[in-house]
Amino acid sequence: MAATKTRTSSFSRNFSAVPSSRTPGLKNGPNGTVFVSSGIPDLDKILGGGFPLGSLVMVMEDSDAPHHMLLLRNFMSQGLVHNQPLLYASPAKEPRSFLGTLPSPSTSKDDKTRDHDVGQLSENGLRIAWQYKKYFGEQPTSDHQNVKLEYCNEFDLRKPQDRHFLNGQRIECISLRECSNMSTLLDHCSTFLSQRQESNTTCAGRIAIQSFCSPQCHFSDLDWDMLSFIRSLKSIIRASNAVAVLSFPASLLSSSFSKRWQHLADTLLSVRAIQDEDKELAKLLTGYQDMIGLLNVHKVARFNTQVPVILDATTFSMKLQKRRFLVLECLNQAPVDGSSGSSYGTTGSCSGSSKTGSLDF
Amino acid sequence: MERTSNLLDEAMAETPNNSVVLIEDCVETSGAFVLHHLMKRSLSPQSSSLLIFVAFAHPFSHYDRILRKLGCNLVMQKDNKRLLFFDMLMPQRSDEVAGKTGLHALYHKIHKAVEMASLSESNKHIVIMIDDISVMEIAANGCTDDVLDFLHYCHTLTTQFGCLLVVLTHEDIYSVADRATILLQMEYLGDVLVKAEPLPTGLATDVHGQLTVLNKSNCNSLGSSRNKMHNFQFRLKESSAEYFYPGSLS
Repeated sequence: MAATKTRTSSFSRNFSAVPSSRTPGLKNGPNGTVFVSSGIPDLDKILGGGFPLGSLVMVMEDSDAPHHMLLLRNFMSQGLVHNQPLLYASPAKEPRSFLGTLPSPSTSKDDKTRDHDVGQLSENGLRIAWQYKKYFGEQPTSDHQNVKLEYCNEFDLRKPQDRHFLNGQRIECISLRECSNMSTLLDHCSTFLSQRQESNTTCAGRIAIQSFCSPQCHFSDLDWDMLSFIRSLKSIIRASNAVAVLSFPASLLSSSFSKRWQHLADTLLSVRAIQDEDKELAKLLTGYQDMIGLLNVHKVARFNTQVPVILDATTFSMKLQKRRFLVLECLNQAPVDGSSGSSYGTTGSCSGSSKTGSLDF
Repeated sequence: MERTSNLLDEAMAETPNNSVVLIEDCVETSGAFVLHHLMKRSLSPQSSSLLIFVAFAHPFSHYDRILRKLGCNLVMQKDNKRLLFFDMLMPQRSDEVAGKTGLHALYHKIHKAVEMASLSESNKHIVIMIDDISVMEIAANGCTDDVLDFLHYCHTLTTQFGCLLVVLTHEDIYSVADRATILLQMEYLGDVLVKAEPLPTGLATDVHGQLTVLNKSNCNSLGSSRNKMHNFQFRLKESSAEYFYPGSLS
């Protein structure tokens, strides 16, 4: 605890892994929470550090596009890199085959490319910290331990995950089709969590459930059962140090049930694809060509505090940098004359809530 | 803001002891802070009330940490027998709640506690809080009638023993017409309705949302609808919350 408190300033990024010599990939957050990384550096930054342990993260899918898979892949891969046990459930017949599509961290193999990459992305301070760390902590013995030193890796979506990550540790895969009802799935989750707690209490676990209410699972007429599954999952997750990410196609649920699901989520995200030839949008947003989709942050987990997180922006564009790395960026809106006039009008009429802001400071 | 009564207290003033407070919120803006505020108020040293808290949404540790920052130690209150905390989160207990007998058992526990408290100390005021009715519905496996029955029973407690009943629910769940009965019934039962909403203009760092307080008891006592409706905005901090009228950020 104290060790993380003292670390500040320029070392902050790399040294988030310092207390993790025993517990890789954990980072202390405010209010006694501990974060694990989402596998996307930008998303971690947006959420204030990552997904807090004990939280249930829900992702509302775009039913036409597989953007939620990007989030899931990075989340799972990050867990493998940190040697965290993983439970993956999906409606596919062979969920294990999905593991073959997991991306591998870009910062692997030879240090030269790695340093080169990092140098491009951030300042030199990081490299110093990295080399310093090499002298200090236990000597990295193999390639994948080099990678482990980072709290959050950049994942190269074009490079599949190394075999030894997939074989080396406990990965459970469940097909939702084979779960006749929700209680078997819940049993899987709770045994997964309890096993993990017996073996190694310091290590965080990750549960990824993909397309939970999709028609293949034959759960569609079991609205209340699904809700009670989520509720139970939420409470067992909360009591253990694990994170669950559950993606679901919200459009398949009735609006009132969809709202119930959203209320149960600790952190709520949604992804949306964008059309290729949307001229209107292309005119509005700069950098439209590079975007592959939009990510919305609806809710950020608030444990042990009543103060809500107010983000600067809730919509982010998902882009692939160099066709490899998933990055999230704020939308840059090109100014449009006509709309700016009307937006002024609304702020004027809104009983001064926005005006008071400027008065305060 | 701390020392004097704030706008929320003012709006909820003159609420008789035996009334029902309904807090409504939505995905964008959580109304849990009103619950925290009422928890703190009922556990304050000035009052001598007993708080019965039924937690469906968050564990004890969550509330403990929040209330500690607000200046109220829940563990100590528990030891002093001023707080009864029913943890309904854990699945093994929720199995017990599932179906009719579960909510029955919960009601019996509450009823017993209320009876005990009213027997031992005649003047002790009792506050019952339920932190999420929508989760209770899930626990009852979607049987809204059971939940309604439960609430009606609790409502009789308020008249019988003079308890204050505070429940939190999510308004946006019931936007579809066919599910609205339970919300309408709850709103009918409620003497004070507190509604937390986001600002219509979107998120702002210094205004976290707006509260609408409808105090029916005020209107009864005066025979007019004066002070019936209160509308103000709030900003939450770790140790307190600020309430202010729109455009007058204090």
